[in-house]
Amino acid sequence: MAPSSATGAGILYQYTNCRILRGGKIFRDDLWVRNGIIMDPEILFYVEKVYADEKIDCQNMIIAPGFIDVQINGGFGYDFSTDANVEEGVKKVAHGILAHGVTSFCPTVITSTPEFYKKLLPRIKKCNGSEKGAGVIGIHVEGPFISSERIGAHPKQLVRDFDNGFSDVLTTYGDITNIAIVTLAPEKKNSLSVIEDFCKRGIVVSVGHSSANLVEGEEAVRSGARFITHLFNCMLPFHHRDPHLVGLLTSEKLPRNRHIYYGIIADGIHTHPAALRIAQRVHPKGTVLITDAIQAMGLPDGTYPFGEQTIVVEGQRSYIKGTNTLAGSTATLDTCVRLFAKQTDCGPELALEAASLHPAQLMGIEDRKGTLNFGTDADFVLLDDSLNVKATYIAGKCVYTADAI
Amino acid sequence: MRLVIHENYDEVSLWAAKYVRRSIINFNPGPDKYFTLGLPTGSTPLGMYKKLIEFHKAGKLSFRYVKTFNMDEYVALPREHPESYHSFMWENFFKHIDIQPDNAHLLDGNAEDLEKECTNYEKIIKEAGGIRLFIGGIGPDGHIAFNEPGSSLVSRTRVKTLAQDTILANARFFGNDLKKVPTQALTVGVGTVMDADEVMILITGAHKAFALHKAIEEGVNHMWTVSAFQQHPRTIFLCDEDATMELRVRTVKYFKGLMQIHNKLVEDPDVIKVD
Repeated sequence: MAPSSATGAGILYQYTNCRILRGGKIFRDDLWVRNGIIMDPEILFYVEKVYADEKIDCQNMIIAPGFIDVQINGGFGYDFSTDANVEEGVKKVAHGILAHGVTSFCPTVITSTPEFYKKLLPRIKKCNGSEKGAGVIGIHVEGPFISSERIGAHPKQLVRDFDNGFSDVLTTYGDITNIAIVTLAPEKKNSLSVIEDFCKRGIVVSVGHSSANLVEGEEAVRSGARFITHLFNCMLPFHHRDPHLVGLLTSEKLPRNRHIYYGIIADGIHTHPAALRIAQRVHPKGTVLITDAIQAMGLPDGTYPFGEQTIVVEGQRSYIKGTNTLAGSTATLDTCVRLFAKQTDCGPELALEAASLHPAQLMGIEDRKGTLNFGTDADFVLLDDSLNVKATYIAGKCVYTADAI
Repeated sequence: MRLVIHENYDEVSLWAAKYVRRSIINFNPGPDKYFTLGLPTGSTPLGMYKKLIEFHKAGKLSFRYVKTFNMDEYVALPREHPESYHSFMWENFFKHIDIQPDNAHLLDGNAEDLEKECTNYEKIIKEAGGIRLFIGGIGPDGHIAFNEPGSSLVSRTRVKTLAQDTILANARFFGNDLKKVPTQALTVGVGTVMDADEVMILITGAHKAFALHKAIEEGVNHMWTVSAFQQHPRTIFLCDEDATMELRVRTVKYFKGLMQIHNKLVEDPDVIKVD
């Protein structure tokens, strides 16, 4: 009869007086963590016969899996798509987003030149999270194989095609080992074989920045694409005779085992609440909340360089200078969770899963991240009932607290 | 034999929990002196467990120096299966209280050598000094633990094949798929429970009324295994009004007349101290 540490198995923490999100439900239970892993208390009790070294009173808060942001361009003054000291930028953002409950993310690089990719991509390495910052799952390369008609804030002159198939992809990006997800326009010539080649290499393919119709979208999904980049934004709008990419949410022509996910910016600006509700209601298990945040996230109003362009931040909105084009959001992921829950009335479970379980499933890492299941990484957040982040944990270590807990 | 009759299930649960608390506190357990408690599973004792948890959370009862011994467990059902008695006890009792993992004993239905597991269980009960208070429930056919009708009344802990009625009744817990229902269980014997210093049997609901009648108003009979406890020197049958439906008016009136005495058995520890 001993505490866990006395058996040499490591210090066992029991988070108590809390409600936890597991299996789609929030219910009263304790969370047990040892060596950075979520433990099964019945095994501890019946098999190992150990008890907790330390009990932590969570003051009746909700414990949810740590948030995962698969599309974030920068923040806190740093832009991942500019050359200047990208290592420091990733570091700074990784640390800054801990306060917003994010424990893993995909630094996103917008449409750039091949020379730039070759310089930049090798420098953004995959890494585990720690008290220094959220983990890097891998880079999200958003472009350059996108439609020049749906560029959004991307530099039009740098958009490319892959007329020679995957070899064009490789000559553009160079080393692709750090890439985890790619956004491309599926209406391009050779797109189906390129999608298959990305999938073979374990890179998630997302359709977006595209003028594709639904049939082209469905073909892309049949070839392996599983994500839609910021739904409704930078794609043709829903039309009842051709719903375009939006129609993928209710398509019956997708492979049976293929679950489609869609990124959505629930910052209250990029997507109208009615549009949010439409997406959420027709496909609640596919929602992936993303910030699409730019370097101005966490910064005051002003004018900032963004890739090869200049953007203006006014309040919560950001534009390309001299136009009305939205340049990306300044929202944080925890704000998006709260807004999404409020505007869709989907309940806290689905809103939290849209920022944790769903992105983990999309990236194929749900065996380690995005849940509080036994045996997964102890990346989690403590939230009050209004879903404000009060503390963030990575691998069982507290990496952020709002105030004394 | 005592028969304690309460208005309804909730009152039975509260009285049972108070009785357990009273017994533990009177025993005054400590590091060198553990209180030993035999425990059942099933829907009948759930209310009692809830009340015991309430007492514990209110700081009025500790299980730090209590050893528990469960009555039974299915054979070959994974421990983590939600219908296993390990899962039941963890979810409904152990995780809410301060019992030490080493002190919570259950039969291992997945042991390599089941017979050895049973012999060993008897041994550890003995080493713990026997059981002070064994709590049980019964089935509508009068079985206690998995001592199905026809079991020997001097039986010890052993492997038991379940009666067809029990298997059919259990199907609802296993997706109504008979192939998934365990057909065997490890169970303490009637003799094992008889060895306890005290036995308290909970019986609630009209569907158990006939079993209660067979248990206390007719002779000892191995077809109604719970009737064996008529011969135990300190047994309490604790039931609700519904369960008395098949009893004689005389029986009910007699035992109801003793309620004042019965209620003294569960007085709040604070009240006792004042005396």
